[in-house]
Amino acid sequence: MKQMINVALPKGRLGEKVLDIFEKAGYECPAIHEQNRKLIFENEETGVRYFWVKPSDVSIYVERGAADIGVAGKDILLEYAPDVYELYDLDIGKCRMAVAACKGFRDNTERTLRVATKFPNIAQSFYAKKGRDIDIIKLNGSIEIAPVLKMSDVIVDIVETGTTLKENDLEPIETIVPISARLISNKVSYKFKHKEITALEKKIEEFCKGR
Amino acid sequence: MSSVIGFANEEAAVMALSRLYRQYGFKHFKMSKFEEYDLYAQNKDFLLGSSVIAFTDTNGSLMALKPDVTLSIVKGSSDTFSEPEKVYYSENVYRVDKGTHRFKEIMQLGLECIGELGVYELSEVIMLAKKSLDAVCERNILDISHMGFLLGLLEGENLSEKKMNRIIDCIRSKNTLEMEERCKEFGVSFDAANALKVLTSIYGSFTKCVGELKAISLNESTDKAIKELESVYSFLESCGCADGVNLDFSIVNDLNYYNGVIFHGFVDGVPNAVLSGGRYDNLMRKFGKRSGAVGFAVYLDQLSRLMRSDEEYDVDVLLLYDESADLSLLAKTVGSLTNDGKSVRAQRHNGGSVKYRTLMKINGTEVETVETDD
Repeated sequence: MKQMINVALPKGRLGEKVLDIFEKAGYECPAIHEQNRKLIFENEETGVRYFWVKPSDVSIYVERGAADIGVAGKDILLEYAPDVYELYDLDIGKCRMAVAACKGFRDNTERTLRVATKFPNIAQSFYAKKGRDIDIIKLNGSIEIAPVLKMSDVIVDIVETGTTLKENDLEPIETIVPISARLISNKVSYKFKHKEITALEKKIEEFCKGR
Repeated sequence: MSSVIGFANEEAAVMALSRLYRQYGFKHFKMSKFEEYDLYAQNKDFLLGSSVIAFTDTNGSLMALKPDVTLSIVKGSSDTFSEPEKVYYSENVYRVDKGTHRFKEIMQLGLECIGELGVYELSEVIMLAKKSLDAVCERNILDISHMGFLLGLLEGENLSEKKMNRIIDCIRSKNTLEMEERCKEFGVSFDAANALKVLTSIYGSFTKCVGELKAISLNESTDKAIKELESVYSFLESCGCADGVNLDFSIVNDLNYYNGVIFHGFVDGVPNAVLSGGRYDNLMRKFGKRSGAVGFAVYLDQLSRLMRSDEEYDVDVLLLYDESADLSLLAKTVGSLTNDGKSVRAQRHNGGSVKYRTLMKINGTEVETVETDD
């Protein structure tokens, strides 16, 4: 008996790329390209059921078993530390988690450093390793504006090309960790749908290596 | 596809599993609700950092509502070698919920075997774990692993506890790529690094995987671990419990407490482990005891989602009456319906919140069926 695999895809540009890889690796789903308001798309032939979710929610869907597998950025995995298997590095959506500040910023170590970020856990553990006392300002978007308005000294955020930073007169000063998209799996699905998931993992891996 | 488990509710599960454990000579261990706070303060890691509800007793000592049962059993165990202690328990414990970050009460059912443990004692506990899963749901898996194998591979590598935990994290998340990087970073020897990489990806039925395991065995400790796993498996085979027993090293418990075989149980439809256990001689040593110990706990709260909920109705009959109704007729009607094995709820008005199969009404001296679903 063949079991369907539920796949959580991250909405947005990265998700489109991921879908492209999945389809080219043999998991096509014509329904997903139709213009309609459906939320879940399946193809019984290839045994997949796709759905789009907010990128930061992919790991939640997978951890809770609503999705058997999904693709999430390493940033999300580091920030939320979900209890999932991290099966493969898709080597797309590459960027880095970095500390950035206004150009010409001087780190005054006499004071508590104010850090604005979407990723409080990553920032916390990065500065904890240095033993630096910090004040975290958790924001949900437009992080770049915080140092410009002097609300924070630095930001911890994802840097892809650095264009947004440059436009706001900011510059990256330190890289925390390189980021890329990872194939993750629910731990229990991996056991009960072992054959299907490992087959998918293998096909994706083969396709990515051949690219 | 979601499977349904064999119990209607938590109580039924507790009863059925208790019966199973009693059949194998395990005694019910009824415990006090409270325990000295100190016990948990000293063994924080065992509770995975979970906090406890503490309060001051009338004599001024600091007490706690139990977050765990195993610690209390270990503390109270006699440590004599005359005969093993075989006990099971079903207790409410109080823990912080991961999602809401608030305390909640959960029912924990489990068993422990403490004393001089041989292959039989160990295998019997694992067999009971498998049988517990079988009772819960047909589609289940018991994953087993051996802490001794992992530790054996890392023997002589001189890794700090922190580095060790980073390595274990890679195994836990089956992250082969990061495992390679970490091994390089920590300077793990070639053979061990290769073995760890294989170990990270091993998953499958015991018979299939044991060969792979043998191929990466490095020393006496790892050989010994394989041997123990093999003898446990052949025991399970001989009592017909080997189906769905898999080898999986991604289940790793705390090194400070667990040493030998460890295992987690899963049922289809629940996204977390529903059973967890293993051999925890190291915990015994922490209490200054020489005996061995093995046990497991079943997380009934995880199962509640799968419990049969075939009851679409609250009652069979909703019986309405008003001031004019003859009371003796009302009593008689209720009596005859309940005698027929039906559930009846008599009330004055139908507020709409009760789901019923049949709606009946008493008008003066007449009983009238207003509507029925049958």
